[in-house]
Amino acid sequence: MRHFVLVGSGIAALSAAEAIRGVDASARITLASDEPGPFYSRPGLAYLLAGALPERQLSIRSRADVSALRIERIDARVHQVFPALHEVRFTDGRVLGYDRLLIATGASSIAPGFPGADLDGVVGLDGVDDARALVTRAKKARTAVVVGGGSTAIELAEGLQARGVETHYFLRGDRYWARVLDPEESALVEAGVSRTRVTMHRRTEIVRALGRNGRVVAVETNRGDALKCQLIAVAIGVRPRVTLAREAGLEVDRGIVVNERMETSAVDVYAAGDVAQVFDPVLGRAVLDTLWSAAMEQGRAAGLNMAGMPTVFHRHVALNVTRLADIITTVIGDVGGIDDPDLITITRGQSEAWSGAGTGISVVRHDASDRIRIHLNGRTILGAVIMGDQALSLPLTRIIAERVDITPIRDALVERPEALASTLLDFWHSLHPWEHAPYDHHARLAH
Amino acid sequence: MPRKKHLPVDQERLTLLRSARVEPVPGRCVQCGLCSWNCPTGVDVRVYARRGLRVDDPRCIKCGTCIARCPRAVLHFGTISGAVA
Repeated sequence: MRHFVLVGSGIAALSAAEAIRGVDASARITLASDEPGPFYSRPGLAYLLAGALPERQLSIRSRADVSALRIERIDARVHQVFPALHEVRFTDGRVLGYDRLLIATGASSIAPGFPGADLDGVVGLDGVDDARALVTRAKKARTAVVVGGGSTAIELAEGLQARGVETHYFLRGDRYWARVLDPEESALVEAGVSRTRVTMHRRTEIVRALGRNGRVVAVETNRGDALKCQLIAVAIGVRPRVTLAREAGLEVDRGIVVNERMETSAVDVYAAGDVAQVFDPVLGRAVLDTLWSAAMEQGRAAGLNMAGMPTVFHRHVALNVTRLADIITTVIGDVGGIDDPDLITITRGQSEAWSGAGTGISVVRHDASDRIRIHLNGRTILGAVIMGDQALSLPLTRIIAERVDITPIRDALVERPEALASTLLDFWHSLHPWEHAPYDHHARLAH
Repeated sequence: MPRKKHLPVDQERLTLLRSARVEPVPGRCVQCGLCSWNCPTGVDVRVYARRGLRVDDPRCIKCGTCIARCPRAVLHFGTISGAVA
């Protein structure tokens, strides 16, 4: 009987366990993590914070599903891996042997660098514990400051405001999420944020946090102001948790370097999810991303390979959908972002692949409530940002992922951006005459 | 007595609803569970979304609440035939 040890309890580790059990009924599967409790939806933490869901609803598998997997869980932290011995050691001294090991330790928030960042009340949003703590703190806090970018910063700001905390969102630069959005897209989100009564402050950063009895009581800003607050929520980026792999002598760049079978540089050791740095054949380099579907697919591929079913992980085009100030926004592929002073690295729900070589041109169609931007080069569409109506979301994902030659419609796209949607949909239907695009009937049936 | 008012009947909508099902777009769902939490008849929509299946549950009344509540536009109405009926 082979023994598979999975380190981590996120979607990558769960997907690996399900893949292993699917092909090996007799395997022993041990899942080790210092985050006990049921498997949950990490992106869903935003909705827990906002009060849209109770915590139990975040659980992503029924008890029956979990018990059918026959996983042994160890609620303790693995702090050493010995690849030559095929052993892991826990912080409490226990040692466990493995035949195949998966490291799926995820990523964690980067701590801010301003003085006072270690005060009680400076928080991030990594796990369900953080979300719980934020909910508790929000009951007592009158005012909060949010710093950072990406969807996490918006979710923090909106969640705290929804819980009745007067919330101030500091942007270092002039606009929101410049790494991914163009100026108009940023403006749309900023207008939406303002409607939620979150106060935005541009070109503003925390110089220091002031405390009393170890707790945050105010921030001092670069503009010379002081703002009383009891909570500072930070989303300036995440970093893969690579310490375990690095100390074990595995090849580590920004994340754990893996090949297309999710194998690390050590025999019988695999990595998947936010911690893994995976080769992107389109970009020609290995990239990090913190996307749910990517972690799920990587975990599955790792599990199958570990169980002896050779499986190549095909990196899909990087895609995420998020609600930014009530605007559903899909980001696909390389959208040509620029440097973002609010983010040190990528944030959750983001991909390094979104900021490519920056050589394309953008075509935009914008009406009252919806906006589509495609980023294209000579023959293909590299990426897209779709805000509001999502009718083009799936066709564009496929056109981008399959690197479809758009020569027949390129001139029409560039010269008549106002007809961008119909040009793309007609093109899509000509490529796939027997498929209906999702949302075709949506407009007619939705309220 | 004033004449009883009838709501206008959208025939096209009725025809579509007869064969419409809620279906997920693969790759967009993050399993947050807002769809299931908001379903007025208790359908666990999330399970269908995870498996990439159209919602085929006798309790589904095609009210569209799950579609409206999904923060990532995972769900939409499709028809069994895939074409407008």
